[in-house]
Amino acid sequence: MAPPAQSHRSSSPSQPSGKGEVSDLKSQLRQLAGSRAPGVDDSKRDLFKKVISYMTIGIDVSAVFGEMVMCSATSDIVLKKMCYLYVGNYAKVNPDLALLTINFLQRDCKDADPMIRGLALRSLCSLRVANLVEYLVGPLGSGLKDNSSYVRIVAVMGVLKLYHISASTCVDADFPQTLKHLMLNDSDTQVVANCLTALQEIWSAEASTSEEASREREALLSKPVVFYFLNRIREFSEWAQCLVLDLAAKYVPSDNNEIFDIMNLLEDRLQHANGAVVLATIKLFLQLTLSMADVHQQVYERIKAPLLTLVSSGSPEQSYAVLSHLHLLVMRAPYIFSSDYKHFYCQYNEPSYVKKLKLEMLTAVANESNTYEIVTELCEYAANVDIPIARESIRAVGKIALQQYDVNAIVDRLLQFLEMEKDYVTAEALVLVKDLLRKYPQWSQDCIAVVGNISSKNVQEPKAKAALIWMLGEYSQEMHDAPYILESLIENWDEEHSAEVRLHLLTAVMKCFFKRPPETQKALGAALAAGLADFHQDVHDRALFYYRVLQHNVSVAERVVNPPKQAVSVFADTQSSEIKDRIFDEFNSLSVVYQKPSYMFTDKEHRGPFEFSDELGNLSIGAESAVGTVVPAHRVEANDKDLLLSTSEKEEIKGPSNNGSAYSAPSYDGSAVSAASQALSELTILNPSVPGLTPQSSLAIDDLLGLGLPEIPSPAAAPSPPLLKLNSKAILDPGTFQQKWRQLPISLSQEYSVSPQGVAALTTSEALLRHMQGHSIHCIASGGQSPNFKFFFFAQKAEELSTFLVECIINTSSAKAQIKIKADDQSASQEFSALFQSALSKFGVP
Amino acid sequence: MISQFFVLSQRGDNIVFRDYRGEIQKGSTEIFFRKVKFWKEDGQEEAPPVFNLDGVNYFHVKVVGLFFVATTRVNVSPSLVLELLQRIARVIKDYLGILNEESLRKNFVLVYELLDEVIDFGYVQTTSTEMLKSYVFNEPIVVEDARLQYSALFMQGTKRMPGTAVTKSVVANDPTGRRREEIFVDLIEKISITFSSSGYILTSEIDGTIQMKSYLTGNPEIRLALNDDLTIGRGGRSVFDYRSSSGTGAVILDDCNFHESVHLDSFETDKTLSLVPPDGEFTVMNYRLTQEFKPPFRVNTLIEETGALKAEVMIKVRAEFSSSITANTIMVQMPLPKYTTRASFELEPGAIGQTTNFKEANRRLEWGLKKIVGGSEHTLRAKLTFSPESHGNITKESGPVSMTFTIPMYNASRLQVKYLQIAKKSGTYNPYRWVRYVTQANSYVARI
Repeated sequence: MAPPAQSHRSSSPSQPSGKGEVSDLKSQLRQLAGSRAPGVDDSKRDLFKKVISYMTIGIDVSAVFGEMVMCSATSDIVLKKMCYLYVGNYAKVNPDLALLTINFLQRDCKDADPMIRGLALRSLCSLRVANLVEYLVGPLGSGLKDNSSYVRIVAVMGVLKLYHISASTCVDADFPQTLKHLMLNDSDTQVVANCLTALQEIWSAEASTSEEASREREALLSKPVVFYFLNRIREFSEWAQCLVLDLAAKYVPSDNNEIFDIMNLLEDRLQHANGAVVLATIKLFLQLTLSMADVHQQVYERIKAPLLTLVSSGSPEQSYAVLSHLHLLVMRAPYIFSSDYKHFYCQYNEPSYVKKLKLEMLTAVANESNTYEIVTELCEYAANVDIPIARESIRAVGKIALQQYDVNAIVDRLLQFLEMEKDYVTAEALVLVKDLLRKYPQWSQDCIAVVGNISSKNVQEPKAKAALIWMLGEYSQEMHDAPYILESLIENWDEEHSAEVRLHLLTAVMKCFFKRPPETQKALGAALAAGLADFHQDVHDRALFYYRVLQHNVSVAERVVNPPKQAVSVFADTQSSEIKDRIFDEFNSLSVVYQKPSYMFTDKEHRGPFEFSDELGNLSIGAESAVGTVVPAHRVEANDKDLLLSTSEKEEIKGPSNNGSAYSAPSYDGSAVSAASQALSELTILNPSVPGLTPQSSLAIDDLLGLGLPEIPSPAAAPSPPLLKLNSKAILDPGTFQQKWRQLPISLSQEYSVSPQGVAALTTSEALLRHMQGHSIHCIASGGQSPNFKFFFFAQKAEELSTFLVECIINTSSAKAQIKIKADDQSASQEFSALFQSALSKFGVP
Repeated sequence: MISQFFVLSQRGDNIVFRDYRGEIQKGSTEIFFRKVKFWKEDGQEEAPPVFNLDGVNYFHVKVVGLFFVATTRVNVSPSLVLELLQRIARVIKDYLGILNEESLRKNFVLVYELLDEVIDFGYVQTTSTEMLKSYVFNEPIVVEDARLQYSALFMQGTKRMPGTAVTKSVVANDPTGRRREEIFVDLIEKISITFSSSGYILTSEIDGTIQMKSYLTGNPEIRLALNDDLTIGRGGRSVFDYRSSSGTGAVILDDCNFHESVHLDSFETDKTLSLVPPDGEFTVMNYRLTQEFKPPFRVNTLIEETGALKAEVMIKVRAEFSSSITANTIMVQMPLPKYTTRASFELEPGAIGQTTNFKEANRRLEWGLKKIVGGSEHTLRAKLTFSPESHGNITKESGPVSMTFTIPMYNASRLQVKYLQIAKKSGTYNPYRWVRYVTQANSYVARI
């Protein structure tokens, strides 16, 4: 625990930089060490202060360790405390010298003054030197029996420190049992609270290896223990109250009467000035009432006022922590807060992280009765000097429009934004108008009239430009200039840096082409040529795809780009409800502030009170545990939910990512197609100089573009036999898997069919696990029940440490397997996919 | 559970550093400081009070320009840690009298004494100034605070408060050798209000707090009586329903919370709080009300285009409180359109103690007034010049006007401490009692 290295950045003039001073101190300390002269303690104090001040600013003063210890023979308590602080700081890096201190610390542990006993014991336990633990057991044992509560308080924490230095020494000395006895019998509440703290830490750590510890941990949550604490809660300090409330939140009451007893007992805790106590109480109330919908709702009503009071009292930092929790509750039950919307108005001097939360809350609580006022308020922010917030506000207006039935007034407001002639306002508003049109096509006339007036030159932001281009393509019939605007955009293809914009441009010009062929043919040719030459893979691929589909069949091409559209009814939520539930379970923790469940930002050992035995979205971990053990019923339920969620989400996401074209039964207007084919044949005539290469009708387009296309392997060709060799004894721990899964992008996402034999064999997930293992593909987690199964597999290359990760969802009723592959070496993922598919296809085949 | 606690100066120097669990790598203070300093490249956004970097959670609160920071790897309750940091700052202030960089540097050994007892192995032990007294052996080295802002807050005309009293340490000995028996009760209210462009009140809220600082020996019990007609909670009605109490004069709090030591046994019957005040400064009660109240200031703003690239702004501020009361340190601010190049100001004739400024960097007009006496009205005229580049609607792109101010001995809510009773030890025991009021602007905004 050495202090951080000295910063050379900006040390103030009084801060010395190093060695000379330290050796000076050393000699001065040495002089004083043996002295018995009067006033020597004052000189020592000054020197010690200097040492500590160097230590604080990061200068390494460990060189004076010996001298400090020599000077420690004193009865002056101020000197003693400074010496303890010093020793605690440097003992770990100087274990040999630390031994020197044991003597005087042990002696002090027997001092007549309880203060000295306590301080010495604390320092002794803070040395953190493993080979000194033998000296701790004795003093700790007597400390726990000391008649001064101060010493006992220190001793209990000392036991926990000892456990962290040497768990076996701690357990062998039977300290946990001593603490348990103290916890239930000591008269001092801080001793009791520290016992609870220490035992929770110790038994949680021990529980994985010792059944007894696991039982003891359970016992902490038993009714007698929990009520012992709850009944005395008022005697505890406010901080210890939080501890008790956390404990109670994990307790499962046996019946509703017990729930009401607890809630009545703790009702006044909601009026506490300490926000931590109030939030811990709220968490407990929310947890207790989860299964009683009506009471749960009453709890929401009850906690509203205290939360709002906490938000507006205290420092901005504290109020932010509370506001984050209020935000979570508002997002869960917006209707309960809809009459409190004015509390979510932004104040001009609030930091942007607060404003962002408030904007989201305003969006969530908007309903028929308050929308007008909320939108009016949001429009005020759109002209805000804080541009990021102005943008968020406009987006909020858009979101409200998308969740309302009566959007009349809002559409007007949005269109007014477009007329404000501020670049960022226009940009945001364009994106919104696009989304709005996807949901409410009936507004197209009003919107198009305004959008048509916007010069594409004034729109620079990629998202906004893409939105404008999408509208140009989608409404090319109504917007007279559409083909010409698109054409001019295509002329500047090379200056367009955003691939997203170029992709949209390709699609828009295709759409436009089918609606107004003669005017667009030139632009289409130019766009496809530019797209094929594009260095960006996606742009290139899309251009090639359009090119080929036109080549193949023009009417098919039209069905692809201009299918009849259905309005989007619900836009996909960015966060799955599973994640939201997980965050709610972790109420009153950092998860709420970060808006992420703890497994996303904390390693397992530090997850604190929210330990989940499962890691990957409620799936049981490890092939071993999946094989042969019965998955608890509630977990299976969660799995089902998880599976259903992930599939339905996929469908929702599909919509937006495909320019909102919700695909339904294809039907198309023949006349448009014929016009298009005609235009195509005209194109041929325009380019007579290029010699025909293929006899088909598609020849025309080939020629038109005049491109020497490279030979492209036929997609129909059978996949070549996999050359990839996998390591049959691959090892990966769940933590690494999870970390990799988060970090790597999806390199391949596919859907396979599962053979009927495979479906028949897949009665339990274990069967498939064993089968895949035979192909060197190992399972790390699995779950689900017929017909939905979900698996996480991994595999490693035989020659190198390169890992493949697979998420595989199998639906046996549709006989389909959806897989997502992530790989260290992405170039090999295609090959691995083939191997995976072939392994899967052999499943169930004798 | 926290792992480290440290205090950094504005420049990022360690003033105090304590590692409780030794599980976070070296250099966390620098990592923290760099992240906070350069949160967003444009420097516009402030770092939030809690963030996670490489698995380490950093919590910070800013107190008198210093960073009070805690780190941990555990998924703890953010409220608990932030509350704790704030409390540590307060405890240190109780002991040092004045909390600033200088006093911390001079007294760091005392601060370490406190930190050793406040937290052990990352867990909070006690934050009670009183309990900590028996563990602190260093004498505080008192520093002078040249500004004495805190006590100036409450000064109203000639009614002078003992300015040094609130900045004295709970353990320091008075130079005269005797301790003055006294107790301070402060009602501090913060007003948030938004006026629409037509002067109609869109939202209003008062966030109040009753602070107490006791220097009484022997911890006598205290009874604090509030308004007889005080009620708490607005029933099932929406909190922004103004019909309720206007005219009746009753004070209706939306909600409130209390310090641990407060007993509410007789609150229902006679609106009295009884408590045994602990040493040091603490919050007796926080309250919040959205009940209609008379705003202390009315602001009118007019913008007129006076030429192709010119406009004139007129801001009028009227003080709507009694003439026996004076507001001080008033600042009126108004963002101007981005294309404003110049602003010239014209104050009313005979104006004293007023300053004007055009902040070119962020195009903001600033008008400072030292004092405003109740009932008076002040006007500022500003002539603006715009750059020739295209510009839109001037009114839409300026404003809103915001105000900050302090009004001593005034409170908008009409909540009062009717009396402060100290349980008597003897007939001659009669400590000084100071009950003080102050109102400040939190967010005082008038749209145009």
